[in-house]
Amino acid sequence: MKKIILLILLMASPLLMAAGGGYYIGEKVQTNIRSTESLRKGAKTYMNYCMGCHSMDFQRYNRVAADLELTEDEMMNGLVLTDAKFTDKMTIAMDEVQAKQWFGKAPPDLTVIAKARGLDWLYNFLINFYADPKSVTGWNNLTLPNASMPHVLWELQGVRTAHFETHTDEEGNEHKEFKNFETVVAGKLSEQEYKDLAGDLVNFLDYSSEPAQLTRMAYAPWVLLFVSLFTFLAYLLKVNYFRDIH
Amino acid sequence: MTDNVNKSRRTLLLSTGAVGVVGAGFAAVPFLKSWLPSERAKAAGGPVKADISKLESGQMLNVLWRGQPVFLVNRTDQQIDVLESLNGKLKDPDSESSVQPEYVDKLYRSRKENLLVVVGICTHLGCSPKYYPDLVPQQFDAEWKGGFFCPCHSSRFDISGRVFSGSPASRNLDIPPYTFLDENTIEIGSDGEQA
Amino acid sequence: MGKIASSNSKGGFMGWINDRLPVTQFYKDHLSEYYAPKNFNFWYFFGSLALLVLVNQILTGIWLTMHYKPDASQAFGMVEYIMRDVPWGWLIRYLHTTGASAFFIVIYFHMFRGLLYGSYKKPRELVWLIGMVIYLALMAEAFMGYVLPWGNMSYWGAKVITQLFGAVPFVGDALVEWVRGDYLISDATLNRFFALHVVALPLAIVALVVIHIAALHTVGSNNPEGVEIKQHKDENGKPLDGIPFHPYYTVKDIFGVGVFLLIFLFIVFVKPDMGGLFLEHDNYVPANPAVTPEHIKPVWYFTPFYAMLRAVPDMQLGALIMLLAIVVLFFLPWLDRSPVKSIRYRRWPFKLMLSLFAVAFVILGWLGMQGATELYKLMAQVLTAFYFFYFAWLFFYSRNEKYHEVPTRIEDH
Repeated sequence: MKKIILLILLMASPLLMAAGGGYYIGEKVQTNIRSTESLRKGAKTYMNYCMGCHSMDFQRYNRVAADLELTEDEMMNGLVLTDAKFTDKMTIAMDEVQAKQWFGKAPPDLTVIAKARGLDWLYNFLINFYADPKSVTGWNNLTLPNASMPHVLWELQGVRTAHFETHTDEEGNEHKEFKNFETVVAGKLSEQEYKDLAGDLVNFLDYSSEPAQLTRMAYAPWVLLFVSLFTFLAYLLKVNYFRDIH
Repeated sequence: MTDNVNKSRRTLLLSTGAVGVVGAGFAAVPFLKSWLPSERAKAAGGPVKADISKLESGQMLNVLWRGQPVFLVNRTDQQIDVLESLNGKLKDPDSESSVQPEYVDKLYRSRKENLLVVVGICTHLGCSPKYYPDLVPQQFDAEWKGGFFCPCHSSRFDISGRVFSGSPASRNLDIPPYTFLDENTIEIGSDGEQA
Repeated sequence: MGKIASSNSKGGFMGWINDRLPVTQFYKDHLSEYYAPKNFNFWYFFGSLALLVLVNQILTGIWLTMHYKPDASQAFGMVEYIMRDVPWGWLIRYLHTTGASAFFIVIYFHMFRGLLYGSYKKPRELVWLIGMVIYLALMAEAFMGYVLPWGNMSYWGAKVITQLFGAVPFVGDALVEWVRGDYLISDATLNRFFALHVVALPLAIVALVVIHIAALHTVGSNNPEGVEIKQHKDENGKPLDGIPFHPYYTVKDIFGVGVFLLIFLFIVFVKPDMGGLFLEHDNYVPANPAVTPEHIKPVWYFTPFYAMLRAVPDMQLGALIMLLAIVVLFFLPWLDRSPVKSIRYRRWPFKLMLSLFAVAFVILGWLGMQGATELYKLMAQVLTAFYFFYFAWLFFYSRNEKYHEVPTRIEDH
């Protein structure tokens, strides 16, 4: 049996190691997919700031409204800025060719971006913009250096510049290491308020990447409880039959 | 083997079996339900709007709703006037067993007297009837007073979509839910606020 | 003529049927009077579990096919359509994706059971060989299924794997084009992979499984003691150490199914992407011929072989090594020349080497998921060498292997 346990442990070991990348992840994000309040705030930020450029081609307004407990009126007149139909998918009118000219690449669809990038990455991307005169857009990002996306939320966060320290290692190679941000223009929101806003937005993106997760998690305990009952009975039955065997 | 073992074995077999069957029943639900119309189908089957401002008297407009034809007929006074006189020849003149919203009139089967909105699908086997507006004798009916005739199995309907006796169809043509958004625009598939 | 021969017809409904189709005899041969050794342990759950997962894959697969279109411009969206717009589509898809990984977990345990107790040895060589063919078919099935969601990892995975055909001497490049049906992975590739994944390979796998079980039931099951129960029968010709498969092992396997479902459904409902292991992050990005994913790697069940491929600094040789790693398993019945089947009666050198072999395989799997650093590459090279060394060692060691005395009967516990 020891060998089996060892095997299982070994098989599980890659799970325990987080897949690291070359990205700057300064802090982790805490989100609560069950908080309708937070999801609504995230949806509002998404509609107001993101959806100008980023579509959600696979998601429908009515599904979002149902899951966020909004009426058709609250959704279509309170949140959605276009004259889309309630049952429409959350597409945008931006022309891909034009978008490529503006940004160098078309802004990606964000329906499942949370699955692709992970929540911490998205959160850090949102909070780590800084002004960079050398960049085409005037903005740069610590998490995704040379991102082609400008800081759309700058009015809220304010304008910050980043300070770097240059280290020279033993082999004479220079490394730029991030030191800190300096606020140049204050934003409308305090630092904490902005981080909360980014967290809610990430929460909404997490929800959008798999709307069924709310249903899935709701069913999980009942399904497992039922299977446990079945397994328990099956165990008693097996024990009963194997009393015959000597 | 003692009787005791036998008894508890039977109890266990039955209870495990019962829980297993219930579990299989639960497991079947997602598979069966996945055949229901998807959100895409529901979105595509949503209400459709039509402009009726250019619909002349006596003319018919064919609108697709949920992939089926819906006939909009701007009936002439002549067509409407004969309706009551046909009652004796019909299977269900008062539309008691037909599919229609509560807000439509019994005789005209419409919200507005002259405008008929009807699903253009024969209630017999699903062909689409043809519109024969004129009150002149036809091959299929010497006393034709205007209405719909289904070429598949010769079901005859009057200009309110009510089925004539002697037709294979047994139910009047269905009336979809509809509402008027304004003077010139009708929305098929929703009851509107008047419902 | 004219009368159906009915030597033992008992009349009644079943009698009528049995005269025409021997249903009762079939039931007896394979269930109620198929005698299996009475000492099956934990490792013997995985055969019936593999069957369960196969049924799951076929059922959920049929249902997914109802909602999917193998069209390169739509495929990525079709998966999201299933996940959102189709009622319960998310569950059916997760059952299928989790089932794919579960299939390999179960099969790897099933195969390791064979290694532990010498189930590949005479007279069960064919059972092992057919099983190996199933394993190969399963790999092809899983690979092609992985292409269907048309994510970026699907795309580049398909590209890398089809590129391997380029390792074939002389006709390699032409072969790659033929497999793809285009100059790159395209709609044509997706269409043929769909046909193979949904129709051809499942048919083949089901047929192979039937043959696998038929061959097993001809020679009878092995057991943890490695004792042939058919050598000791009672006056009725019934093995003394055997018990009827039904009801005893059906009841036991149903309990096994319960435990399996508990783990399986936990993953399906709570952690369906298994932190990127069962459903990879990069496959949530639509296929993009212009951008390769940063860490290009196959799904976990292929990674041991992928690590071997990467460990060799030559494309053709790497492909050959990878192929040989699987081919060598086919020869196992003849590489292991020891007359003893079960590990219980073999001595410490075998126990040690088999443990190391299993650990090497798992570590290779882990390495196949990591980025290629120099250290990892070296580790992969050492472990690949050990993988092959194991078989060479076994061939010579087993010739005059010293072992403990094997009992003739299965003792009571």
